[in-house]
Amino acid sequence: MCYTLTNDLEKLGLLARAIRQSVVRSLAEAGSGHLGGSLGSADIFTTLYFSVIRHTPDEPLWPGRDRFILSIGHIAPVLYATLAEAGYFRKEELLSLRKLGSRLQGHPGRDHQLPGLELSAGSLGQGLSVSVGMALALKMDRLDNRVYCLCGDGELQEGSVWEAAMSAAHHKLNNLTVIIDRNSLQIDGSTEKVMALEPLKKKWEAFGWQALECDGHDFRSLLPAFNKARMELLHPSVIIAKTVMGKGIASIEGDYRWHGKAPTKEQAVAFLRELEGGIQNIEH
Amino acid sequence: MKEYTNSGSKDTRSGFGEAMHELGKTNPDVVALCADLTPSMKLDAFARDFPDRFIEVGIAEANMICIAAGLTIGGKIPFTGTFANFSTARVYDQIRQSVAYSNKNVKICASHAGITLGEDGATHQNMEDLGMMKMLQNMTVINPCDFNQTKAATLAIAKYVGPVYLRFGRPKVPNFTPPDQQFEIGKALVLNEGTDVSIFATGHLVWKALEACRILGEEGISSEVINIHTIKPLDDEAILASVRKTGCVVTAEEHERNGGLGDSIAQLLARKYPLPVEMVAVDDSFGESGTPEELMKKFGLDTPDVIRAVKAVMARKKS
Repeated sequence: MCYTLTNDLEKLGLLARAIRQSVVRSLAEAGSGHLGGSLGSADIFTTLYFSVIRHTPDEPLWPGRDRFILSIGHIAPVLYATLAEAGYFRKEELLSLRKLGSRLQGHPGRDHQLPGLELSAGSLGQGLSVSVGMALALKMDRLDNRVYCLCGDGELQEGSVWEAAMSAAHHKLNNLTVIIDRNSLQIDGSTEKVMALEPLKKKWEAFGWQALECDGHDFRSLLPAFNKARMELLHPSVIIAKTVMGKGIASIEGDYRWHGKAPTKEQAVAFLRELEGGIQNIEH
Repeated sequence: MKEYTNSGSKDTRSGFGEAMHELGKTNPDVVALCADLTPSMKLDAFARDFPDRFIEVGIAEANMICIAAGLTIGGKIPFTGTFANFSTARVYDQIRQSVAYSNKNVKICASHAGITLGEDGATHQNMEDLGMMKMLQNMTVINPCDFNQTKAATLAIAKYVGPVYLRFGRPKVPNFTPPDQQFEIGKALVLNEGTDVSIFATGHLVWKALEACRILGEEGISSEVINIHTIKPLDDEAILASVRKTGCVVTAEEHERNGGLGDSIAQLLARKYPLPVEMVAVDDSFGESGTPEELMKKFGLDTPDVIRAVKAVMARKKS
């Protein structure tokens, strides 16, 4: 049975909050890992796994599933939290993140048999090419499954991303949607200072894509973008989702120093309290 | 010694191309990808007759490797085609993460390997590829010796599930193995039985080893010649069985000594059965322009080099 998807904004808000809480808990327990991007993309993950992607957590390799590739492996904690929330494995397992023998590797590793994981990822600039391959295979077999790939914005500095972008448009892969987590930050600071990406939408359009922009924290903005991507007949679609790194914890929002940091246990207590306090994403 | 006849020299890459065309007819899951080298890779016939299963990726090898990884998720059996340098060095991280670590059923097929690429020179003459690929977990590494064997190997890897690196070459070389052979991955082939020395050869050096064996035979030296077409997994048992009989070893390959077949065999022997080893291989050097024959001579990969190595190792055995 395909997972029941919802467009109920309140439900989505609660799910996003639960995912953020899991992220904070698992990172505090691990003592290391990437908090900023994991919190910042939690609403995108919620949209994907609870409103957009056809999938079956109790049968991860169901042939009818839509495919999801996380190209930025470092935000694995939010992927794991989402998979657990959807029922791929028990939430208790999230506390094994980054520990010896865990299926929840620091960056996703496919040899650890985690259900729901299609690809190992960590070294940047590969996920989109793999997604192109999946989309091509589906077209060859005349199947209507869709392929979704989440890329970071800093990742777009990898040249291979643009090889993939060129090829997806060349093959008219309208079954492919890429989401860019556009938080405008990377390890060394602002993306525009490190290596400017703008005008980003125009770049994708010049490469032959349908380029859409949306607020990556507002389901009322995210959902129509995914719908529009699904309707497109000739081109692959990119959704440039504007996000805030660390979203949900006011004291760390937009602070690039939280790219690769985990909260201490004391910080985690405060962060969890803050998340409990208000449901994000409904009133924006 | 056992007689081997050249049935007419052919390039190993054409063996690959012929097998691909056959696979196109027999296996609907086989997909070929090429990075703007379709004629060189001998993929023209496949591209012509199976256009829906031929993906031209342009000059974008990193993209090609990862697209291939993605195709496997839909149950396809992708064969990527470009030169050895662009099949390995250029895309090592893509292979490492998206193919090997992700354990995807991708067949990385590399032509123009080694020094015999010839006139194009060192930028294109990759002699580190076997080392790079054998270091990757999950990767099977195959280096067949002639046209017939390359064809058989190509057909065999389509049936095997898991990442494979298949290496072959550009020049026409003697074609001497049977046309109808069954290729067994990981199984060393004893081409000539002998008692004085074991010569383990791979790729284009197998024929040279047979030539050396014949000449040495005339001098009363009995060489065992073994074709190691699969570098990984190495056929430990066949190698150990031979050296227990002969007591000394020559390895021969068109590759850097560091990281090549000789290095794999020396490791095995150091652990299990130490004895003298000489290696016919490239000695820490980039290649250069020249004809394949000239280069094999200059870089010490010719029949006389194998003979010299045999004599050297036998002298060490005696002392």
